[in-house]
Amino acid sequence: MSERAQRLLELADDELILGWRDSEWTGIAPTLEEDVAFSSIAQNEIGHARALYELAARDLGTTADALAFDRSPEEYRSAPLVELRRLDWARTIARHWLYETADELRLEELKRSDDAEVAGLAAKMDREEVYHRMHAQMWADRLRGDERFEAAVDELWPYALGVLAPEQRAALAERVGREEVDAVERGEHSDELRELWNEMTMVRRSIPGATW
Amino acid sequence: MDARTQEFVEYVQGGGQVETGDWMPDEYRAKLIKFIEMHGNSELMGVLPEREWILRAPTLQRKLALTAKVQDEVGHSQLIYRVVEDLGKPRAACLQDLVDGKSKFHNVFHYPTKTWGDVGVIAWLVDAAAIISQKALLKCSYAPYARIMKKICWEESFHILHGRDVILTLMNGKDEQRALVQEALDRWWGPLMTFHGTAIAADEDPMVYWRIKSQGNEEARQQFLDGYVPQIWELGLTVPDTELRKNDDGVWEYSEPDWDELKRVVTGHGPMTAERLEFRRRLLEQEAWVRDVVLAEAA
Amino acid sequence: MIFEVFRQERRGQPFAHAGSVDAPDLEFAEAWAREQYGRRQESEALWVVPREAVREVHDFPDELNKTYHRVDGYSLKAKLKEARERAGTAAP
Repeated sequence: MSERAQRLLELADDELILGWRDSEWTGIAPTLEEDVAFSSIAQNEIGHARALYELAARDLGTTADALAFDRSPEEYRSAPLVELRRLDWARTIARHWLYETADELRLEELKRSDDAEVAGLAAKMDREEVYHRMHAQMWADRLRGDERFEAAVDELWPYALGVLAPEQRAALAERVGREEVDAVERGEHSDELRELWNEMTMVRRSIPGATW
Repeated sequence: MDARTQEFVEYVQGGGQVETGDWMPDEYRAKLIKFIEMHGNSELMGVLPEREWILRAPTLQRKLALTAKVQDEVGHSQLIYRVVEDLGKPRAACLQDLVDGKSKFHNVFHYPTKTWGDVGVIAWLVDAAAIISQKALLKCSYAPYARIMKKICWEESFHILHGRDVILTLMNGKDEQRALVQEALDRWWGPLMTFHGTAIAADEDPMVYWRIKSQGNEEARQQFLDGYVPQIWELGLTVPDTELRKNDDGVWEYSEPDWDELKRVVTGHGPMTAERLEFRRRLLEQEAWVRDVVLAEAA
Repeated sequence: MIFEVFRQERRGQPFAHAGSVDAPDLEFAEAWAREQYGRRQESEALWVVPREAVREVHDFPDELNKTYHRVDGYSLKAKLKEARERAGTAAP
């Protein structure tokens, strides 16, 4: 697999799994207004995943859906941060805020890429992400000082570092205002990802080769 | 009936519109709140069977569409509860009464979903039945409700197309996929036939009397059958009612629906009622701190 | 707190009342109104206003028939006919 495809899959898998987790809040968020807003964020993440898979799919001679759904759990390249099942609001916002901050650094770098297609897609995603960041910052400011939120950020900080390549972590630490610690690196997948994958692919696997 | 109320009745029956700050008889306000609250409850409870399938959607496109559809329904509940709140019942009270089993929501949302076939049938037929009811509210005498119905009906238009798309894709697919649709239809037909309620004569229907809705229950059901039975039959699907037919007067005849079941279900004894209300209650309690922290007025 | 939302459907059109959101402050109200009234790019722009900033005004009396400043206060048919007859330009 080319380095380009690997990189694209890493990004796409992050966005797909995070989008899947975020979409779990549709219908059950703390307030109705927030439910609608957070669902848009989840949809954008899935949309970004789709665009990234489509680029990778052309390189790999397959389709976006096949990449999203037909690989085994071990083949995903997502970061442990997005795989964690955290269906409580403090941890969801902590993850959202940490991920958006990390992703901003990642997208800044991608927008400067020599690869015109990747740079172009990064720019488009970044324009949507502006609103994700505003939303995350708005919530982080509101929840700052709340013990549930602070504990969640403490817990997720090593995972957040693992989203980025090592050379970008110092910048993340500066933006988040925390000391860099040992990151929880990509590579190992948890049972949580396997459980997610089982549910995510159950309909698709039920009738192999079908069009849905 | 006192003179002021009589005058009000004549006003709304003549097409008059009522705004939030206007005087209205207590009975009108009470009936409005109950009716509109039930609508809000239904949108919110309808989300629960559907959201499971967001997580299981078999393509990225379907995942996006289903998330957007359910998002719209949550958005509708937001619009609806705002109307109820401006009429005098706060949202928190509505949500509490819902999880305590003190208020109602439509029958269809008390039933389980079992397969991707349900996803198609719900978006195609259950939503169609709901849209017919919703269109009958566009001329509601209470103007704030009529206005939100306009946005709601506009957003529902994509839901119908999404539903049709899911169904047609399944019907054009493998035999097992076609079977999914038929099996789901067989289960949903009963609830669909009782969805619009028992046939109450227009002049005995308080909702029509106060011009809250402009269509009687049987008229709505006939409209549903007229629009959708041909769509069902043209795909080679069958309806589990051997007596269903359109007679020479253009009226659809059908087996008597199970009205006892409807009553049992809407009074809180549906197959999924307790489980779903418990789920909502648990999340409401779990995330109460967020509302207390975030919604507290800024210092 | 309740915030009223007004939306402009297309450039050049007036802002019309669209609904309201329940939010703790203007920042949340903006974020939430944006999604509730614009996620499909169905609005060109929104105005988000705290409900208490909106003053509703009713009751516009016209007890003494003030038609002098309305079009329906001017019936000129008879005068025009007389003027034409004087000028000899009346239609035969």
